[in-house]
Amino acid sequence: MCRGLLGKKLGMTGMFSSTGEYVPVTIVQAGPCVVTQVKREITDGYASLQLGFEEKKSSRTNKPIKGHLKKSGEKCFAFLREFPVENPDEYSLGQTVMPDIFSIGEHITVTGKIKGRGFSGVIKRHGFHGGRQTHGSKSKRIPGSIGCSAWPAKVIRGKKMPGQYGNTKKTVQNLEIIDIRPEENLIMVKGALPGPISGLVALYKK
Amino acid sequence: MELLRQLEQQNMRLDIPYFKPGDTVKVHVKIKEGEKERIQIFQGVVISKRKGMSNATFTVRKVSYGVGVERVFLLHSPLIDKIEVVTLGRVRRSKIYYLRKLRGKAARIKERRY
Repeated sequence: MCRGLLGKKLGMTGMFSSTGEYVPVTIVQAGPCVVTQVKREITDGYASLQLGFEEKKSSRTNKPIKGHLKKSGEKCFAFLREFPVENPDEYSLGQTVMPDIFSIGEHITVTGKIKGRGFSGVIKRHGFHGGRQTHGSKSKRIPGSIGCSAWPAKVIRGKKMPGQYGNTKKTVQNLEIIDIRPEENLIMVKGALPGPISGLVALYKK
Repeated sequence: MELLRQLEQQNMRLDIPYFKPGDTVKVHVKIKEGEKERIQIFQGVVISKRKGMSNATFTVRKVSYGVGVERVFLLHSPLIDKIEVVTLGRVRRSKIYYLRKLRGKAARIKERRY
């Protein structure tokens, strides 16, 4: 069975669980993904599936990619990602992978690209408390001291400082699946997922 | 966004009667004790209603043995068996939190006739 799926984050809402609690859920448009390449132990050294998600115009696809996608059908995809697979012989080129690989109550891992925030200070980037805002404070949002003096006479590696924040891959583990709607290809995941609305997310089985 | 709205609407209940802050209601709450399920009635004045889709809530206040008790219910919660409107009350604001400071005769609410 394929160990994952590509999806699009549609937004957050809430749902009532079977015990009557109100659970925050993120709705993901998961699939349908098409198998565009099957990698086998013999030919590639490891087993995996390359899945295509979200169709795009063939005129917007370049020729090398078009040539690669020709083997699995005429469709062109905006996103191609590889996912591990237990038995690659179960899948053939052009086959669709549906959200039914997951089950309700299962805990999954979700990976996405978080929003870019540019060069940010330590308060936004690392959650520092900052200094006092009033009474003549001169240390409102600055990081403060970054270490000692003559010894160790250097800044310790890994010290939290200002820098690029966001626009990176983030993974969240142990997210429970609350509901699956196979006819609409929707998966409801408990809690928040990394990335903006309509951003690409990869869902992995644990 | 349209899809999210539709999904929320599926979670909403249509059998909830109309009531306003100031009204006295009886809320029949389902309570699970071990295997058995029974219904408990919580009667009191609605002191606020928070609007929303499936996450709308309302607060009911009652005075029990001299102690004020407030409970926030999810309007569309499946744990609510039914809601009965007992009396209609006329109040001028949408959140009647001033009721918390009043006791006895002063905490009465005029009847609404519309």
